[in-house]
Amino acid sequence: MTNHWIDIKNSNVIVIMGGNAAEAHPVGFGWVTEAMQHNNAKLIVVDPRFNRSAALADHYAPIRSGTDIAFLLGVIRYLIDTKQVNYDYVKAYTNASYIIREDFDFHDGLFSGFDEEKGAYNTESWYYELDEQGYAKVDDTLQHPRCVWNLLKQHVERYDFKTVSNVTGTPIDDYQTVCEMIGSTHTKNRVATFMYALGWTHHSKGAQNIRTMAMVQLLLGNIGQLGGGVNALRGHANVQGSTDMGLLAQSLPGYLKLPSDKEPTLEAHLTAHTPKPLRPGQTNYWQNYPKFFVSLLKSFWGDAATAENDFGYDWLPKWDQMYDFGKHIDMMYRGQVNGLLVQGVNAINSMPNRNKTLKALSQLKYLVVLDNLSSETATFWQNEPGFNEVNTAEIQTEVFRLPTTCFAEEEGSIVNSGRWMQWHWKGANAPGEAMADSEIVSGIMLELKKLYRDEGGVLPEPVAAANWHYAIEHNPSSEELTKELNGYDVATRRQVSGFGELKADGSTACGCWLYAGSWTEEGNNMARRDNHDPSGKGITPGWTFSWPMNRRVLYNRASCDINGKPWDPERTIVEWKDGKWHGIDVGDFNMKLTPQETASPFIMQPEGVGRLFALKLLKEGPFPEHYEPVESPIGTNPLHPKVVHSPVLRWFEGVRETLGTKDEFPYACTTYSLTEHFNFWTTHCRLAAISMPETFVEMNEVLAAEKGIKNGDWVKVSSKRGHIITKALVTKRLRPLQVNGQVVHTLGIPRHGSHNALIKKAYTCNVLTTEMGDANTGVPEYKAFLVNVEKAEGI
Amino acid sequence: MAEQDIIRRSGTTDITPASQARVGGVKKVAKLFDATKCNGCKACQVACSEWNDLREEVGEFSGSYQNPPSLSPECWTLMKYNEIEDAGKLRWQFTHSACMHCADPACLKACSTAGAIIQRANGTVDFDSDKCIGCGYCASACPFDIPKISAKDNKAYKCTLCSDRTAVGLEPSCVKTCTTGALRYGTREDMLFYAEKRVEELKARGYKNAGLYNPEGVGGTAMMMIFHDINDPESYYMPKDPQVPMATEIRQDWLKPLGTAGLIATAAFALMHRITVGRNIVEEDQPGYIDAAAEKEEDSK
Repeated sequence: MTNHWIDIKNSNVIVIMGGNAAEAHPVGFGWVTEAMQHNNAKLIVVDPRFNRSAALADHYAPIRSGTDIAFLLGVIRYLIDTKQVNYDYVKAYTNASYIIREDFDFHDGLFSGFDEEKGAYNTESWYYELDEQGYAKVDDTLQHPRCVWNLLKQHVERYDFKTVSNVTGTPIDDYQTVCEMIGSTHTKNRVATFMYALGWTHHSKGAQNIRTMAMVQLLLGNIGQLGGGVNALRGHANVQGSTDMGLLAQSLPGYLKLPSDKEPTLEAHLTAHTPKPLRPGQTNYWQNYPKFFVSLLKSFWGDAATAENDFGYDWLPKWDQMYDFGKHIDMMYRGQVNGLLVQGVNAINSMPNRNKTLKALSQLKYLVVLDNLSSETATFWQNEPGFNEVNTAEIQTEVFRLPTTCFAEEEGSIVNSGRWMQWHWKGANAPGEAMADSEIVSGIMLELKKLYRDEGGVLPEPVAAANWHYAIEHNPSSEELTKELNGYDVATRRQVSGFGELKADGSTACGCWLYAGSWTEEGNNMARRDNHDPSGKGITPGWTFSWPMNRRVLYNRASCDINGKPWDPERTIVEWKDGKWHGIDVGDFNMKLTPQETASPFIMQPEGVGRLFALKLLKEGPFPEHYEPVESPIGTNPLHPKVVHSPVLRWFEGVRETLGTKDEFPYACTTYSLTEHFNFWTTHCRLAAISMPETFVEMNEVLAAEKGIKNGDWVKVSSKRGHIITKALVTKRLRPLQVNGQVVHTLGIPRHGSHNALIKKAYTCNVLTTEMGDANTGVPEYKAFLVNVEKAEGI
Repeated sequence: MAEQDIIRRSGTTDITPASQARVGGVKKVAKLFDATKCNGCKACQVACSEWNDLREEVGEFSGSYQNPPSLSPECWTLMKYNEIEDAGKLRWQFTHSACMHCADPACLKACSTAGAIIQRANGTVDFDSDKCIGCGYCASACPFDIPKISAKDNKAYKCTLCSDRTAVGLEPSCVKTCTTGALRYGTREDMLFYAEKRVEELKARGYKNAGLYNPEGVGGTAMMMIFHDINDPESYYMPKDPQVPMATEIRQDWLKPLGTAGLIATAAFALMHRITVGRNIVEEDQPGYIDAAAEKEEDSK
């Protein structure tokens, strides 16, 4: 979240799209009902299903799964057409006025530079026109035909109400109402927030879904404001923390980059990732990249990391392609992987295309499962007719189960969606032989160090030199680990008070630069519990620690105009008054400078403004474009039939054969979580199992009638990849949509099935899902795929 | 510790009222469920089971999000779900279903066992399992179908409004855990005041028929509900005009007084009989006894 949970109370219009906050975030959703009751906020829900959030919405609009970009580009067109744009904000704080290279182009669904053979773009032309000093050229009058504003207008021209409705299935009147409600926040005294989650990421163009929304927020001037922003709701208790700590396959902690094999030296890496300002006088915060990166290497390798050996840069793995979990499953499937450590995920129930995952795990020599429950992943080799059909005798995989503590059995910090790092204390001792993950991993590390020491081996340095100095070597405390993440001065071991103190010369070490300030010489700031809110705006600066630098609202310089005057006096976060800055939050800029010097609020960009045109950062293109899900229920793209789905997808060998067509599998299907369960964990918890004892498939009344299926009947749902047998929930909450001259029915399946828990034995929905996913992240398209359904015998 | 805030006891006539001395500072309380703010998350349902140590069997899918399918001795709070269409717009309604704690509780009136059902000074209605004989009169009398008889111990169970929490100044566990503020707890006066304002807000937001469910037929309830449409409580699985059943009323208001009157009359008759008749008969072993037969015999001698 650019903002945080409490801040939702400051919103005027709340849009829940690509998520289901009431269902998946019921506690945080309390701030939505708070805003509705005490700030007269209006709630819009856009979703394929009339869900728990929709139950409380002022307006619900149905949408066909996988068409959010078309929906939102239509909103952009509407805002521009009706002049419901915060022009002052757009001119000052976005790249609307920036001029794009002459060779940039878009037609028939493809941007300039497409290489059909590689299925990838040469992104050269997706860039600003630069002047002699290397600065981007701008036209403040927005008249230049190739300025971003005019290119954007031209790009969204196709997305009129009729076209959008034809693609998304959203009835025009519903759509218009949504547009009007969102548009109402273009004024300076009204702000909208968007709340989204996996409903946007689980698509073959997930990153672009989110980006399109961010563009809407820029046009309305809603980023950096109280009650506004771009708000990702994180699911698993510490998913924000794990992302911060480098969860993605090409990331290092603090969103630093894991080097590619095109960056053989530290210098090459730092040059590639330390941007030059694209406009004069920019903060260009990533210019500090070398300080953060070298400090990270120092935290990895301590005294062994020296200027002479590039601080151990050579010891980092260098990638040639994305080695995400999906890629690993594919490699295992082909027998290219010996061993797998599974930690914090129930892989066999979570990874798409369960049957392939099952074969993949069966190819391993060994599998280590770190979990606090006996997960189905650890018992994947056990035959369970129907649910898990394997020939146990043929599986040679040796499985080790290492029981871990759960969060309540250890102390540490959990980072919530609003970036608050909240310290928590141990509630109980773990049962039996369970150990904290950190203790297990330390044990493995120390054993590896010993083996390299005793027996030698290829490239021992990364392990041999690993900085491992803890009071109890095999069991580092949470205090020691988090202090390392905060960072310290190497010579004095003094904790740094912020990332401003980090250096690129090896004199500081820091495990995650964003976390600097969380545990300083003053103590553990994450353990603070002062909930005073002097401004009444929910800022609570004394409650825990919010990264970065205890800032509660990111980009908050954008809450005032270029002269430092708040757009809306009721929403003052920072303000220039009497020759200096005042604020209720930590400014997201250098508060020693004047308003004019800081009038570039998006300090992480080398041009200091929000990007309506994303340059080269996303693989599908600098503007979002509607592409169909990989498995499309209409089999074509009404906007450009030759380019149906994203042109830059990653295709594993043989995956084409696992995709179905609408003739064979005519219905769209989506998957989701239910409030009653937390992933596969609470299916082992009696109270949660009582409240939702069995999984099901939701379908609309029209389709059910066509198929002769009654509420509660057993049905078989099949995709090209497999089938499940489950019970039908026939509901008005799903409805047939008119799309491109045909009717599209959508089925919905909760993800909480299990054959090995307290709930009734059930299939898991990942039998049906496809591994095809987002080209930028590898996240699979769990939310839009094709199935068939028919009545079946019960199980 | 004896509970001394009980103002009404089942199976007891008004002639022997419950203690009244210590209730002076106690205010009537109420739980308020706002259906227009509920997201159907079941946190209240789970918290209820957790606080009260209840574990229903793990059931199976029954065609709805509603699980278990009904209230039971092991499930005192249940979220109910209904899909309705109102002026062409779909509404998914959630009802927090549990004991309504009637001011005029049919269960208490129907109960024949002394003190098995009580009403406290704060207005809540509670069951005393020790005394319950499992006759089921409460279950059949309740217009909301709340009390359930356990097959395990043949006793009736229902929501206590967490009497063990409220007695020490805590809110009921369902209220404590509610994620959206749909459940509130406080004095009845405060809840009525809040509800009135909330209904006004809802009307301003376009819910013209919004209203408070606080049915008069049972004297008002200590669990009140705000509905989008007060004219259609059935769509929330609530009766439109709940009443204490006639049979219970007849029994309570007529038969029991009649019974009492009968008892009194019998006692009075016995007393009178003793005074007027019994006193004149002297038993064999009492002094002054005259054996009539012997006397007769004597007389004939």
